[in-house]
Amino acid sequence: MRRAEIVTAVILGLLSIYLMWKSGAPPAWNPDAGRFENIGIVPGEGVGSGFWPFWLSGVMLVCSIWIGVNWFLRKSPPSRSEEPYLDSFAKRSLLLVGGGLLGFLILIELIGFYGAMFFFLIYYLGALGRHSAVRTLSIATAVPVFSFFFFDVAMRIVLPKGYMEPLFIPLYDMFL
Amino acid sequence: MIVTKRLFCAALGAAALTAASFAAPAQAFEPNKPIDFVIMAGKGGGADKMARLMQSIIEQQDLAPRPLVPINKAGGSGAEALVHMKGAKDPNHTIMVTLNSFFTTPLRQPGLGVDIMEFAPVGRMAEDTFLLWVHKDEGVTSFDQFLETAKSRGSDWVMGGTGKNSEDNIITDFLNNNYGLDIKYIPYKGGGEVAKQLAGQQITSSVNNPSEALGFYESGDVIPLVAFTDERLPLFPDVPTLREVGGDFSYFMQRSVVGAPGMSAEAQAYYTDLFSKAYQTDQWQKYKADKSLMGDFMAGDDLKAYWMVQRDRHEAILKASGAIN
Amino acid sequence: MDILTALMDGLWVALQPANLGLAVLGVVIGLFVGAMPGLGSVNGVAILLPFTFVIQEMTGSYTAPMIFLAAIYYGAMYGGAISSITLGIPGASTAVATTFDGRPMALTGQADKALVAAAVASFAGGTISTVLFTMFAPPLASVALQFGDPEIFALMLLAFATFVGLGGDDIPKTIFSICFGLVLATVGFDIISGEPRLIFFDMVGFSDGIQFLVLAIGVYGIGEMIWTINASRSDDKMAEVTITAKRVMAAIRSFAGAWRGTAIGSFLGFFVGILPAAGATPGSLMAYGVTKMASKDPKSFGKGNIDGVAAPEAANNSASTGSMLPMMTLGIPGSPTTAVLLAGMVIWGLQPGPLLFSEQPDFVWPLIGSFYVSNVVALLVNLAFIPVFLWMLRMPFTILAPIIFVLSLVGTYAAYQDMFDVWLMVLFGAGAFFLRLLDYPLAPAVLAIVLGPIAEPKLRQSLLFSDGDISIFFTRPIAGPITITALILILLPLIKLIRDKLRARRAPAG
Repeated sequence: MRRAEIVTAVILGLLSIYLMWKSGAPPAWNPDAGRFENIGIVPGEGVGSGFWPFWLSGVMLVCSIWIGVNWFLRKSPPSRSEEPYLDSFAKRSLLLVGGGLLGFLILIELIGFYGAMFFFLIYYLGALGRHSAVRTLSIATAVPVFSFFFFDVAMRIVLPKGYMEPLFIPLYDMFL
Repeated sequence: MIVTKRLFCAALGAAALTAASFAAPAQAFEPNKPIDFVIMAGKGGGADKMARLMQSIIEQQDLAPRPLVPINKAGGSGAEALVHMKGAKDPNHTIMVTLNSFFTTPLRQPGLGVDIMEFAPVGRMAEDTFLLWVHKDEGVTSFDQFLETAKSRGSDWVMGGTGKNSEDNIITDFLNNNYGLDIKYIPYKGGGEVAKQLAGQQITSSVNNPSEALGFYESGDVIPLVAFTDERLPLFPDVPTLREVGGDFSYFMQRSVVGAPGMSAEAQAYYTDLFSKAYQTDQWQKYKADKSLMGDFMAGDDLKAYWMVQRDRHEAILKASGAIN
Repeated sequence: MDILTALMDGLWVALQPANLGLAVLGVVIGLFVGAMPGLGSVNGVAILLPFTFVIQEMTGSYTAPMIFLAAIYYGAMYGGAISSITLGIPGASTAVATTFDGRPMALTGQADKALVAAAVASFAGGTISTVLFTMFAPPLASVALQFGDPEIFALMLLAFATFVGLGGDDIPKTIFSICFGLVLATVGFDIISGEPRLIFFDMVGFSDGIQFLVLAIGVYGIGEMIWTINASRSDDKMAEVTITAKRVMAAIRSFAGAWRGTAIGSFLGFFVGILPAAGATPGSLMAYGVTKMASKDPKSFGKGNIDGVAAPEAANNSASTGSMLPMMTLGIPGSPTTAVLLAGMVIWGLQPGPLLFSEQPDFVWPLIGSFYVSNVVALLVNLAFIPVFLWMLRMPFTILAPIIFVLSLVGTYAAYQDMFDVWLMVLFGAGAFFLRLLDYPLAPAVLAIVLGPIAEPKLRQSLLFSDGDISIFFTRPIAGPITITALILILLPLIKLIRDKLRARRAPAG
């Protein structure tokens, strides 16, 4: 945990510096304007477009350093903790759940929400939750069916279907 | 179990394909799935109101076999909407309601790589008008008085408008450049907010569309001084146009429907027909009259020619004000 | 007594079977739309807008469709609390503050109490604000007009001030979280300079900004969820809740303990709600903060204090009625939902504005009457559904968790209809999980991303007015006192801290 605390603080510090740098970017159509011209008071325009994000990112940087100092002085609980940041259980569940979510997202891009939902629920309920096949399949079917009627039919929010689109055309015929 | 479901789906799909091939008459296009109806502005704004009215009319009169699904994409002054249209997976089912940012945004953000001439010209539903408004307590009743007062107050005269380099900003720049004024321009999020700022005397003038200022006009809080149109507006017969008081300038906001680049000619013809029907309904005509909108229905090559003229004009205006190089 | 007669007539019209039926239908639809993470009142109202044409044609009045839409708005406000409490995901920005105490209550087996408190507080807030609306609508409209840019900015400052001390004990991590949220809020198109800002890696998806729900669902729906899976280890269920009539009665009785939060929320919510641009979210946040300050036991907030559920719920319902006021009297929407309602009124051929009350009494009074009716309906419907929501909580965690994940992804897509936002949401969720392990408080970031987009433009518009002179926040008659109050509230804990430190240092010496 102690190492994770300082590593995170350093990453967040770098993120703050990146945000500060990005806040000062000149507008795309006018490359002549210098970087960081927009972070102060612009004559006739009040404060520039970069003022708010730049200085707040600056505060973020200060906070990251402060967190680092607290780490050095061992003031915050995580910086005193000798426990591992992620134990084996955490690593395993992160891998299974996180991996499942990533797979879900990729499947959505390929076969759309409804198909992806079905497989994700089968994976989670069946493989992770060890529920019975009947329960797994009935929930995995009910959720997409309910969602289709709720979103596509009732709310008129058409969720992406990916490569499964042709299968839905007859359904549109019936319900929309 | 999975296999059976897959088989079932495949069978369903095959059945659908055969059904579709029988049902479709030669060539004519009919949407067979919900139509993406992109709105190039946020919820609640002028463009959004109009888009939702169109959708409601089409739905109520049952003009289309599939629903129009409105999606607001206001990001980047319409940049997000333009890019979404350009990358539309199914251009035959993707249409968009546009305003003048359709011309200005590709000019201001060349990195988007959007060429508006690639879009399908479905139909222009109206042109919105602009008037110059002041609060009644300002004691200004004519355009000449406005020029006098604004000149004497210099940068204490404040014009509110919707966004930087927007339509309102273009008109303000015109006034500043041609009449030697030094009006301060403050951008707000939407026309409704501008109207409220004027009614509360937080700002001194605005160039709202009639639909935005009408409520406060009827209650007498704000008064129109001049219309940026070619002819007097039927709703404001006593308000002179800028041309009458010696200016050479008029400015309109297009309210058009465009199809995604790559839309087939049949689909374009279908949507043009759909929106011309919507245009002819009593509801649309009443809305146009009530909100003092101008412009007749325009489609196809006429609309493209209109875009060409408008794009060149906006390029010149933006160059003159230093908003592009 | 004119008002009273008009109101009675209005109530009579609102109670006609057709109108009453529409109110019930609207409330039920709103309840479910609001309870679904990602969908809020604005989606519900926008989606059903075309349907109101049909209602208008069938009933031949303007009032009936408006009653329907207003009922959806109310229903969604009630419904927002449900996902906040049972799932721990705020369904809409208005319900963020409800998660702070609602979630801990659900986890300690008091979900029934929390749900009842939310429903009754919502009812109280909705009704108190409707009374205020009935009596003072036109004069309050002129107050709303007095709020220019510096005033709204001062108000946002005050909202932040009420939140000092919301985060954990780790000061730099809390400040980091607030600033991070405020910076994320600036991503996208900047209306004042007309330039896109912070478009990371030139991805177009950022040009519409980072929406509140993308961060909120990521943090609560994904980050918190994985954290809970990890922390609960082998525990398969959340806290067990049994439903008996006795428990429900006890829950209703225990609501008496939440009078303070309800009262503060009802009044504060209404006044924040009537200010254009503010809306229900800052109202509910401020109500939470103020209730915490006024409480005898501020330490118990965030750990399951019933006042902490009642205050934001009373406030967001109260504010939603409040935001109808500028919409109807000025034609100015105070929130995204009222913007759509306004579009509806314009489409039906009404002209909202200062003359609406005098020229369209047949529209206005039945609508106000329906506010009373809808609130009663919403309370009853909500209480009736509580067992269903509690049943969800009793599902094994391995069923509830994947359903929450599915809802989070679908909900994010439904809200913005862009896969980019779904990916970004999951990314935020992953980040939130890792930061959560190290005690970074994330609620401040979620709040900041709501308030930031209001505060920043108002700051810059004010400075445009004054040519960069910050005295504008102190010299204006309304802005001045608010700014000074806010600064005192922000500095107070700091002064206290320094004083305590000095004392501690002096004590061993002396």
